[in-house]
Amino acid sequence: MAAASPAGFDPRLAWPLGSFLALLFAVPLAMLLVISLQTGDGYGFGQYAKFLTDWFSLRILGGTLRLGVEVTIACLVLGFPLAWLHARSPGWAKSAITLVVLLPLLTSVVVRTFAWIVILGRQGIINNALVGAGLIDTPLRLLYTEGGVVAALAQVQMPLMVLPLVAALGRADPNLADAASILGAGAWRTWRTVVLPLAMPGIIAGCLLTFTASVTAFITQSLVGGGQMMFMPAYVLQQAIALGDMPFAAAISVIFLVCVLIVVALLSLLGRRSRAHV
Amino acid sequence: MEQASTDTVTGRSLLLDRITHRYAGQTAVGNVTLDIGGGELVALLGPSGCGKTTLLRIVAGFVQQTAGQVVVGGTPVDHLPPNRRAVGIVFQNYALFPHMTIADNVAYGLAARGVDRTTQKAEAMRMLELVQLAHLATRLPRALSGGQQQRVALARALAVKPSILLLDEPFSALDKNLRLDMQIEVKRIQRLAGVTTILVTHDQEEALSMADRVAVLSAGKLEQFAPPTQVYDTPASLFVNGFVGQANMLPGTLVSPTAATLDIGGTIPVRHCAAGTGSRVTICIRPEHLQLDDATTGIPATVGLGLPLGPTIVHELRFADGSTAKVIEPRTPGAAPRPAGTAVHVTIAPDLANAFALS
Repeated sequence: MAAASPAGFDPRLAWPLGSFLALLFAVPLAMLLVISLQTGDGYGFGQYAKFLTDWFSLRILGGTLRLGVEVTIACLVLGFPLAWLHARSPGWAKSAITLVVLLPLLTSVVVRTFAWIVILGRQGIINNALVGAGLIDTPLRLLYTEGGVVAALAQVQMPLMVLPLVAALGRADPNLADAASILGAGAWRTWRTVVLPLAMPGIIAGCLLTFTASVTAFITQSLVGGGQMMFMPAYVLQQAIALGDMPFAAAISVIFLVCVLIVVALLSLLGRRSRAHV
Repeated sequence: MEQASTDTVTGRSLLLDRITHRYAGQTAVGNVTLDIGGGELVALLGPSGCGKTTLLRIVAGFVQQTAGQVVVGGTPVDHLPPNRRAVGIVFQNYALFPHMTIADNVAYGLAARGVDRTTQKAEAMRMLELVQLAHLATRLPRALSGGQQQRVALARALAVKPSILLLDEPFSALDKNLRLDMQIEVKRIQRLAGVTTILVTHDQEEALSMADRVAVLSAGKLEQFAPPTQVYDTPASLFVNGFVGQANMLPGTLVSPTAATLDIGGTIPVRHCAAGTGSRVTICIRPEHLQLDDATTGIPATVGLGLPLGPTIVHELRFADGSTAKVIEPRTPGAAPRPAGTAVHVTIAPDLANAFALS
């Protein structure tokens, strides 16, 4: 079907990447599935049953998904005004905001996460400032808490939320808000009936990226959460490396993958419905 | 707002009282006064950057003027935000809400005013019938053609019974054939609704054909505010004469308040000019006021180019001193343009030239 391919490119050009993905993505995934079905004496769904009947495991899964939701909401609430500002700013301010949004991406995640440890630690910037100002007597526990992980992840993943929002808000005609206003709509009604619906594709794309990135963010989760908090990626690592239980680790991975895919599918469905009329 | 949803409040007078707007140190609008009667259609005409769009945004409340007052029906409205001014706008790109049906677009202003759903629907359908689009009520805007979208925008603006309707270059996105139809349609609907209307345009034909009065603006200043025929026949300034319609501009000298000598030769009568006798003037003559004459009366010239335009023929003439002028004459069937290089004489219809002192 070479003739049907766009611009007449030879489909064989896709083979290097295709085989690369097949070898390093599809094959390991298949292996993961097979290993997850291993039980002590044969094959079956024993590992899955073990996970789904174990409160400890389910709590880790629930906690991880909750973390994803919290980070996504934090990014949305903080990122939307920034994206709005970007859409309504003159050219030079747009460039400045884009630079500020992209700046974190120029630093490694490990470095950014260590910065948060410096900020949140017992002798960290926040605690020193609060103690110095006489507002508290003993340092607050900020590091190794869920709040700390959410704050760090929200900062690390912010560009993933802001960039799709900027694209969606930038596409919307500024006359639409003026039109709503002249028709008698106040600021809130204009936002609710015009700005928000038109930003929906960007909101959904941003949520999708932020959610998937934050539930799987092993480095930030582990360093800021410390040993006190266990999330799914760390759970997999613990089972596989520390306890050597490869089949159970594989089952955890598959369950986690399916959960994330369900969220992605739901958001995509919402996205398709909202894109239908924009 | 309650007033705006009754049938009685259309066609209120609009007074722009000495409006000045400065933006970043530049004067966008300088001391413009327009007294517009209820139900009147006034065109703001001028090249881009003349301040007409700024004036429109001041009336709408999107821009707060530096000085002056906007008075609607005798009441100043300067303190009111856009959503409380009872003004309707048709934007240049129509700005229909892309995620709402045509009916919801038209009902939007009613919904914002807290009108109940049944009345909203009935009123939206009534407006759509007015613009003859009721059969498309459940479509989305992108399913409509440009002309249909514009009629929806008009219905949406009129649904809230605005006291003032603002049209911001509403025809510029339409192709030429559709434009004339829509101009007639909009004028019909405006008459029917009886709403005081401001039409912003850079298209002089549009302004002349649609407006009861035309306000010509240049660089933020009001050059002339008069009925279309008066703007065309007795332009108040050199700018108006050049911008509205076509004009041959020839240098000359005023020999009396009502006569001038052209540098290319010949003395012609002009409309009264206040500049002193002997002052240098620019004499504006419309191309249709010149006639070609094969006899030897008039000013000698040679034909540079002849263009047959169907109902008319345009000749470009070159005079002895190198200056040029255009002549537009009605074309009789079978008549062809004179070939280039033909020697002709040109005569000027009396009393139809305007002289403006060089500033």
